[in-house]
Amino acid sequence: MGSIVSRLLSRLLREEEIEDIEEIKKETGFSHRKITRLYRRFTSLDKGGNGTLSRDDFHRIPELAINPLGDIITNGFFPEGEDQVNFRGFVRTLAHFRPIDQDNEKNKNPSATEPLNSRTNKLLFAFRLYDLDRDGKISRDELLQVLRMIVGVNLICSTKTPKGGI
Amino acid sequence: MPCFVIGASCPAVFHFSQRFTTVVPESCMLILLGLVLGGVVLIANKKQLYQLEPSLFFLFLLPTIVGDAGYFMPARLFFDNLGAILTYAVVGTLWNAFCTGFSLYAAKLLGFIDEHVQAEMLDFLLFGALISAVDPVAVLAVFEEVHVNETLFIIVFGESLVNDAVTVVLYKVYISFVEVGAENVQTADYFKGVASFLIVSIGGTMVGLIFAVILGFITRFTKKVRIIEPLLVFLMVYLAYLTAELFSLSAILSMTFCGIGANKYVEANISQKSRTTVKYTMKTLASIAETIIFIFLGISAVDKSKWAWDTGLVSCTLVFILIFRAVGVVGQTWVLNRFRLVPLEKIDQVVMSYGGLRGAVAFALVVLLDGEQVKAKDYFVATTIVVVFFTVMFQGLTIKPLVKWLKVPRATNRKPTINEEIHERAFDHILTAVEDIAGLQGYHHWRDKWEQFDKNYLSKLLLRKSVYRKSELWEAYQKINIRDAISVIDQGGNVLTSARLSLPSMASRASFPEVTNVTNYLRENGSGVCLDLQVIDNIPGAKVEEDMETHHVLAGNLYKPRRRYQSHYSRHFMPLGEQERQDREVFQRNMRSRMETFKSTRYKRHKKERSLKKVRRISHRNNRRDSLSLCSDPVVVPVETEDKAEHSDPEKDEDVGITFIARKAETPKQRPKSGCQIPLLPPPPPAPPSPPPAPSSPTSEDSHLPWKGSLGSPPPCVSLEATKIIPVDLQQAWNQSISSLESISSPPAPAEPIHPRVSALSRLGGPRPASYTPPGSAAGSTFSIGPQVSQGSFLFPDKKKEEEEEEEDVEGEWLRRCSRSCLP
Repeated sequence: MGSIVSRLLSRLLREEEIEDIEEIKKETGFSHRKITRLYRRFTSLDKGGNGTLSRDDFHRIPELAINPLGDIITNGFFPEGEDQVNFRGFVRTLAHFRPIDQDNEKNKNPSATEPLNSRTNKLLFAFRLYDLDRDGKISRDELLQVLRMIVGVNLICSTKTPKGGI
Repeated sequence: MPCFVIGASCPAVFHFSQRFTTVVPESCMLILLGLVLGGVVLIANKKQLYQLEPSLFFLFLLPTIVGDAGYFMPARLFFDNLGAILTYAVVGTLWNAFCTGFSLYAAKLLGFIDEHVQAEMLDFLLFGALISAVDPVAVLAVFEEVHVNETLFIIVFGESLVNDAVTVVLYKVYISFVEVGAENVQTADYFKGVASFLIVSIGGTMVGLIFAVILGFITRFTKKVRIIEPLLVFLMVYLAYLTAELFSLSAILSMTFCGIGANKYVEANISQKSRTTVKYTMKTLASIAETIIFIFLGISAVDKSKWAWDTGLVSCTLVFILIFRAVGVVGQTWVLNRFRLVPLEKIDQVVMSYGGLRGAVAFALVVLLDGEQVKAKDYFVATTIVVVFFTVMFQGLTIKPLVKWLKVPRATNRKPTINEEIHERAFDHILTAVEDIAGLQGYHHWRDKWEQFDKNYLSKLLLRKSVYRKSELWEAYQKINIRDAISVIDQGGNVLTSARLSLPSMASRASFPEVTNVTNYLRENGSGVCLDLQVIDNIPGAKVEEDMETHHVLAGNLYKPRRRYQSHYSRHFMPLGEQERQDREVFQRNMRSRMETFKSTRYKRHKKERSLKKVRRISHRNNRRDSLSLCSDPVVVPVETEDKAEHSDPEKDEDVGITFIARKAETPKQRPKSGCQIPLLPPPPPAPPSPPPAPSSPTSEDSHLPWKGSLGSPPPCVSLEATKIIPVDLQQAWNQSISSLESISSPPAPAEPIHPRVSALSRLGGPRPASYTPPGSAAGSTFSIGPQVSQGSFLFPDKKKEEEEEEEDVEGEWLRRCSRSCLP
């Protein structure tokens, strides 16, 4: 019984710790519950306890180690040049993966900024993932590199292009 | 008995025609065969000789299947979804039982059911109880053909196992009520019924767990008598069943939990051969038992003397169980989805309600009824037979097309371009990764606690000492092999050119199983990709030919993201080591690239701070040792990073082979923590501190090391193969290499505390030297991630040996970093 009470209490406390939860809600479109849960996940990943995640924290997730594109997605969380991501950035990146709100698509207000999970923003995020050196363009090499990552060791990605080949 | 012969040969015969078995589930075939056989016997003898005896069923046939299921149950998946399983099993079965019973009674009152059926409310309730339980045998048989995702499978299957407790209780309670007579039932009896449910279920579980502990404990000591290990396993599991049955507890629950609990420790303790024996024997026996059950079901159906037909009862029952199952599932799912991380979709609900098959358990229970007490027994028997036949055959036959139709509703028929296919796959990987980051599988507080408890107490008690210790040795050995492989790849990639030659053969290998595998997994992933070979074949043209080849090549070689794994329990198709191979490759790659980035960032940092503080190095090392002994202080890492400035190595970006350095761990203080000694390799002899390293010196030292002596000659696939299951006989070779290492190295460095990673390793439940074997993979991809990560996480600091001091520092830091990667 005591553990339940303490768990509830800690949950309440954590909610207060999340600053700007309203802003996050508006920006990302996540519900209150989801944001709380993500915050819990964030804190559990954040071993340093300093409110930000570093690349090490991502590497600590064992499932990412056997995901061929694990490092790419980890990079996607960190904005340009930085090494730490705070909770806001964490949630913002995750918000790209929300399913598209159907009604948003219909009532397109051209002047309003698109939500983070609109088609365009999703495409933008995916583009940035592929664009490994962050120069705004996907070069042939970058594409090849991604391909190499998801293909087994038995294949070579030959850079010659015979007709129709990779 | 001829049944055994038939039972054993039937699966073989059926699988001759692959096409056939993909359409018709085996259980249907078996029932039909049983019908035929029964008909033959009947005609021959004018009376039924063979019958599905309940005693035979409950004593021999059912335990085999349930034991097999429990032993190979993916434990992690099971406990992840335990809430859902319990809900469906308890609440769902109760709902089904009561509703069916009451509605049947109402139908009788309304006159749908004939007057011949002399049954009262209690009788109908009893009948409702036994007809409403989902059957594990049937579920297994049918779901094996239908490849649903593993969560769905485990929920339905788990439900079918756990609802045994409910069924047993209800059955017994109602039987006693019926015996006493409806009038004499008092309210206290209802409460006793509820209490008995708790006792039965919890008692059954406890019995199972006790036997699991005993079994684990015994196998700890069977090193000298390996030949009896499989026998022990079977005996104890069966004993669990019988004991529970003896005390009128839930025998299925007992056996299931015995299997689940014992699996981990037994698999670690017994020898490889025993493991194989256990696995194959269990699967064989279970297969035979299932076959016999279905055949007998068919045979018993033909015996007219045992049943009486009433159309009203039969049709009403069928309708009711379908309706109430669907309603129950929908209702419970709605409630569950509010608490689940991954909600259950509509299609899952459809599969669940449609897949709620009744089977032989219901039949055996109904035959067990006492004809005197329950006057309508014959009608019930007939109804049960029809229900079982209907669910197994009709629903079994149609569930696959239903799933297919629901899952790929709007797949376009044009074949995807290679581009699309690649990017689809890439996005699948990305999505899986995001799921993992967001913790969709859940961060389980209780699982952590359980693993702590397990590591500290249970594993010590139940695992063999050598296994407990061997796990670290093991990982070191395997890591060395992996490192070796990586270094070879780094240096040449000549293996790839040899692989290029195999490409055309790979592409033309359009073998049948491969095709079905590809189409199967594509079918189940529900994406728009429809790699249907027939579609491709119809389009002529050489370009298409080439594309098809590329498709084949890609399909065979693209890594599969986690969700696509068919990691479920399968009796007929043992999963190969595909997943482990993929995991290993990807893991190596990732670690290598991380090492690269790590090196490059450190190099940059060195350039900046090269001139700083060499003096502090020694004091830092001392500090570091102390801080290491804390063993779990993550704040250490950022502090350490800054202090690494003193390295003066100019050569860090040179990608020479990866060298393995480790330390002998001797701190007695650490010993109680990890409970074992890890004879890590001693550090290399101190090298002359001249900055430019002579490339020859590593090799001269390395040649002493057995694994490095033949550098570059074996292709990596050899050592990759070798890292698979290494039998115990190689233990000697391993010891030899250890001793040779120890002989060439200097006396061990002063006590370097055991890395936190090592303790984390034993925590990760790594006592599975052969964790690459199918039980691990059958346990699901997520389950086997733990041991794999721990194996690979002994990182390979690639420093040359001359820069010993800074190497130690860098390597220590890197090792520490990855040690923290083990702590979840």
